[in-house]
Amino acid sequence: MSGALAIALVAIVAGASCGLAGVFLVLRRLAMMSDAISHAILPGLVAGYFFARGPNLIAAFLGATAAGVLTVFLVETIVRMRRLKEDAAIGLVFPALFAIGVLLVSRYFANVHLDTDAVLYGEIALAPFDTWNVAGRNLGPQSLWVLAGLGLLNAGFLYLFFKELKLSTFDPGLAEILGFRPGLLHYSFMTIIAMTTVGAFSAVGAILAVALIVIPAVTASFWTTRLPVVIVLSIGIGAFAGLLGYGAATAIDVSISGAIATTLGLLVGGSALFAPRTGFVAQALLRRRQRWAFAATALVIHLAHHRGTDAEVEESRLDHLQAELGWSSDEVNRIVRESEEAGWTIREGDRLVLTETGARAAAGRLVADRA
Amino acid sequence: MTWTEVFTDYTLRNVALGSAILGVVSGVLGTFAVLRRQGLAGDALAHAALPGICLAYLATGSKAAPVLMLGAALAGWVGMVILIGFLRRTRVDPGSALAIVLTTFFGFGVVLLTVVQKRPDAGQAGLDKFLFGQAAALVQDQVVLMAGLSVVVLVLIAALFKEFKVFVFDVDYARTLGLPTGRLGALLTALLVIAIVIGLNTVGDVLMSAMLVAPAAAARQWTESLGRMILLAAGFGATAGIFGALWSVSQDHTPTGPAIVLILSLLVVVSLLFGSSRGWVWERVRRHRQSGVGA
Repeated sequence: MSGALAIALVAIVAGASCGLAGVFLVLRRLAMMSDAISHAILPGLVAGYFFARGPNLIAAFLGATAAGVLTVFLVETIVRMRRLKEDAAIGLVFPALFAIGVLLVSRYFANVHLDTDAVLYGEIALAPFDTWNVAGRNLGPQSLWVLAGLGLLNAGFLYLFFKELKLSTFDPGLAEILGFRPGLLHYSFMTIIAMTTVGAFSAVGAILAVALIVIPAVTASFWTTRLPVVIVLSIGIGAFAGLLGYGAATAIDVSISGAIATTLGLLVGGSALFAPRTGFVAQALLRRRQRWAFAATALVIHLAHHRGTDAEVEESRLDHLQAELGWSSDEVNRIVRESEEAGWTIREGDRLVLTETGARAAAGRLVADRA
Repeated sequence: MTWTEVFTDYTLRNVALGSAILGVVSGVLGTFAVLRRQGLAGDALAHAALPGICLAYLATGSKAAPVLMLGAALAGWVGMVILIGFLRRTRVDPGSALAIVLTTFFGFGVVLLTVVQKRPDAGQAGLDKFLFGQAAALVQDQVVLMAGLSVVVLVLIAALFKEFKVFVFDVDYARTLGLPTGRLGALLTALLVIAIVIGLNTVGDVLMSAMLVAPAAAARQWTESLGRMILLAAGFGATAGIFGALWSVSQDHTPTGPAIVLILSLLVVVSLLFGSSRGWVWERVRRHRQSGVGA
């Protein structure tokens, strides 16, 4: 397998696996937990190194995962003491664990190459050099197999416990009443999140691991509210960002991990701005439309209120509306146009006359508001 | 080595003073951050500083601390604006918004770092060190700069204390009083960014969130008054800063940042358990006595 292909594959598989893992993490509003885990695993790596008496992939993996689960446990214990809020608890726990990790590294492993900077950056470009050899055959990069395995683990867990996860995420109270065990499920889920973070971390670095876990799920949720679609989209977005980021990075010769994270940021930023209905632009347009529509409704209600009374002629004069409803003349023009387009009013000289449609709209709106 | 060397030894004095200044400033601003539930914003903004540092270097070719700090502060500010945009204009939850800003900015910063490294001049070496903190390398000029910035921060907080107090506890009430809540929030955020920038080259981006959260979290357990909480947090921060510096200088292989954070973490644990106002142990004792009455 060529180096370039290996890196591209690792990027794609990392994106897909993390994208899948992130869906429920984001839905459970625990995104920053993955950031905490990604930093707090450092002492776990050191412990793994210590117990295995040297660099050992499995010991490192177990130690790091244990440290990740410990992070979750410590944060939840502090929150349950009801003295500090969750954000403060997270902000306390992971720096403490990271600090212990840095101290251990500089104290006892000063001669070992366990660079804390490299821990943060990650270097996916090194993936092809760490190959998995079985019986003399080169099976490709180790991290590719690890990430693919983690993707399958996540898929299996989701498949088996989809119903339980869904219920405990959207209605934890009901889940408990129905006899599910949210605690057990939560810790199983967080263990898998910790494993995924560790796996991604060793392949692509801490920061990109968090980006790959959180951003695809958030991006997907701008485009659909249907959970199965969110899951599929999230996997796709992760893989796509991996490939695109890799391509961009090699084209202009910059950090691959950084380029993938930047790509993810652009994807979620673009979605936040331009997604139909939920995007910023769509929301702003909707608010503006609603503002004028509301004003037009107020106008026809005003006209309907005075229809058939002595004051009708006076109350429906355009220049009177300005004073009566507190609109500027520009606003009056705009609102009158709005109601004419809706077929609610017609102009007669300097007066506005309500059409039958307009009268019905006003009456309907009043009834709807009262109901 | 004796403790008097804090005043005579050049390195030790700089490290201890710098750490103490950082402790005070982050204790004060951390109090507001924790009360506004922005404990993790410090973490996100500290990481968001990286592209600012790189761009400041690319634009000026200078590695001087004030230049890089300005870049870091601007990037942190932009990060905060985007963060607030996500929170106000979309349905994204605060944690996800933080994670998005943190990872995207940092990732873009890493991209810029590789761009910087390709430049022919060798002067860029160690640019990233600015973000990871190296208190032991603090020089007197930096400490003076930190002191100047922190005086500005503290004077502003003292001058607007009443306004900030109302703003933090009851935004709506502050608005009905006619206070410019938007500008107060922006100012508090700007001050937070300054505290973070001061912290970056002392304890580094990862540990910055503890510098903000821990003193405030510990102080909260001892008092119900904002004024006292701020003073206590500043005291805890300064104490941890000085003792962390002493610990790291007196022992080999003990980096300053982690030393400070571990002392702070210890202070938090003690406060959570034994704090005079909300200590967990006292509540247990009280409950035990209450249940004993009925038996």
